[in-house]
Amino acid sequence: MRQLLRRISFYLVALWASVTLNFLIPRLIPGNPAQALIARFQGDVDPQSMHALEILFGISHESLWTQYWQYLGNLLHGDLGLSITFYPTSVSQVIAEDLPWTLGLVGLSVVISAALGTLLGIIAAWRRGSMLDTLVPPLLTCLHAIPYFWLALLLLYLLGFILNWFPVSGGYDSASLTPGPTLDFLTSVVSHGTLPALTIVLSSMAGWMLRMRNTMMTTLSEDYVLMAEAKGLPQRRVMLRYAARNAILPNVTGFALSLGFVVAGALFTEVVFSYPGIGFALLQGIQNSDYALVQGLFLIIAVAVLIANFFADVLYTVLDPRTR
Amino acid sequence: MKTTSRPAATASNSSTPLPGAKDLTTVQVSERWREVWRGLTHNPRVMVGLCIMTFFLLVAIFGPFFLQRDPNALSSDALLPPSARHWFGTTQTGQDIFVQLIYGTQTSMLWGLLTGALITILSLVIGLVAGYCGGVVDEILSLLMNIFLVMPSVPLAIVLATYIPYKGPVTVALVITLTSWAWGARLLRAQTLSLRKRDFVEAARASGETTFRIIFYEILPNEIALVAAGFVGSVLFVILAEAGLEFLGLGNITIVSWGSMFYWAQNNDALMLGAWWWFLPPGLSITVLGTALALLNYAIDEIADPRLRRVRIPKRR
Repeated sequence: MRQLLRRISFYLVALWASVTLNFLIPRLIPGNPAQALIARFQGDVDPQSMHALEILFGISHESLWTQYWQYLGNLLHGDLGLSITFYPTSVSQVIAEDLPWTLGLVGLSVVISAALGTLLGIIAAWRRGSMLDTLVPPLLTCLHAIPYFWLALLLLYLLGFILNWFPVSGGYDSASLTPGPTLDFLTSVVSHGTLPALTIVLSSMAGWMLRMRNTMMTTLSEDYVLMAEAKGLPQRRVMLRYAARNAILPNVTGFALSLGFVVAGALFTEVVFSYPGIGFALLQGIQNSDYALVQGLFLIIAVAVLIANFFADVLYTVLDPRTR
Repeated sequence: MKTTSRPAATASNSSTPLPGAKDLTTVQVSERWREVWRGLTHNPRVMVGLCIMTFFLLVAIFGPFFLQRDPNALSSDALLPPSARHWFGTTQTGQDIFVQLIYGTQTSMLWGLLTGALITILSLVIGLVAGYCGGVVDEILSLLMNIFLVMPSVPLAIVLATYIPYKGPVTVALVITLTSWAWGARLLRAQTLSLRKRDFVEAARASGETTFRIIFYEILPNEIALVAAGFVGSVLFVILAEAGLEFLGLGNITIVSWGSMFYWAQNNDALMLGAWWWFLPPGLSITVLGTALALLNYAIDEIADPRLRRVRIPKRR
């Protein structure tokens, strides 16, 4: 319980840090380009939105302290400013529309890649020195060194453009379908999501596998594994219930910490496939100097990763009796 | 070899005041380095990694010197596939992709290594100071480390890079350094914590050495393997992250690098034009170099942790 409270307070501090960082970035960087931008919009935007943007970018005559409270107040009301790219849509609306796509894509791919990678890692450690253990790790290492967006480009070119197996862009067939709980829409979503998901799974699998293989090596040399073998338990039982079960624990922490990188990779993947999620919106924000959008998207990514980390921590506490 | 073994030797003889101890430790140290060297040269993965690294370094240093051509030079040979005249084909504006790749290798390698070194130094200072000093200093630095660990570093780097008005390799290097030092720092802090109570550190403290000297001359040489692994890992991460940021157009797109080659290929619809030769060379370079770095990294891990070493074990039933 104490442990849990400690973790909760840490995540609250981390949350506060990301929010404050978001507030400070436009104010600390000299020659803030957002200021020039806002001058251009003077008069086009209604005064209230203008004020919100001024607070966001630090263009205000009030003291930094007052600005900070105003900023926090706006944030609590879900006001992240107006997006210039999707004017007059607010940043929160853009996020609300794009987040489900990214959550679905990343969530599913991470689960698949973690499960596959962990399983491969278990088998590779168990059959140390076998064909699988000799060939697969270097191959996955190679995959791991491929930039997400380049793997995405390759898959897009080969499977989408040349072979024409999958659609090359978008999240669904937006020309002929409207989003809704229909079978047509769902199949369209799945076929559009396959290539991006494949990219993320292939790129991130190596991490799970190599980590699992290494921790499994450690548990395999433990006495209780030897004891289990000596008792004549079935091999599969020793491998999964004795060695793997104890090796999986450190990987939960690894899972949490590498999540940030997977999310970043997913952003690039979305850019290549023009997938209607957070990553693609981020690219549009960058291209249009839409600072409010870029900042809002960063904040939501940071919060999402923090929440995922927190759950991994809780899971760790539940799984490991020593922490209780 | 000689230069790397020297700090370890001086460190141990300054903390052992016994006469004659110096010769003993020097022998032990050189024995240890010989073992490390054997581990390096007898491991095929290390050899592959080292060869690839050397190849890329040679290309980066001497390639542009031999070519002496402007990688941005336009010509009328637009979007040609690879041929004898243009080895790797041309871009839409007739730039030679082979020339671009060689110059790009130079830029990307240079900034990759520099940024990797910067990250290593920053994480080293923070990790060692936090681990050695303990107390409030450690609490604060650890909190900072943990916050940067859970914060998604690449998106943060993207936000910073969008705001900085000057676009170029320096900006990219700085934002990546600022956002990704925490990994190395955490590992080094943990290692320092376990070292600070050892006898040789106590002895150094008792003999009145300054904190600075203890941290960087006594403790640091014992963490060289970790630092080396951290450096190799950072360079790998940096090369991927730099290419990513430049791909998004956050670098200086007029300077030829692997990342800016992607940027131009993507923005000219190289894929839809079927120009595979445009985006293949820079991506292959990153992948091959990245694999080499990863191989080196695992090799360093294996040298530090013998349990991970690849040994032939009789097959299980």
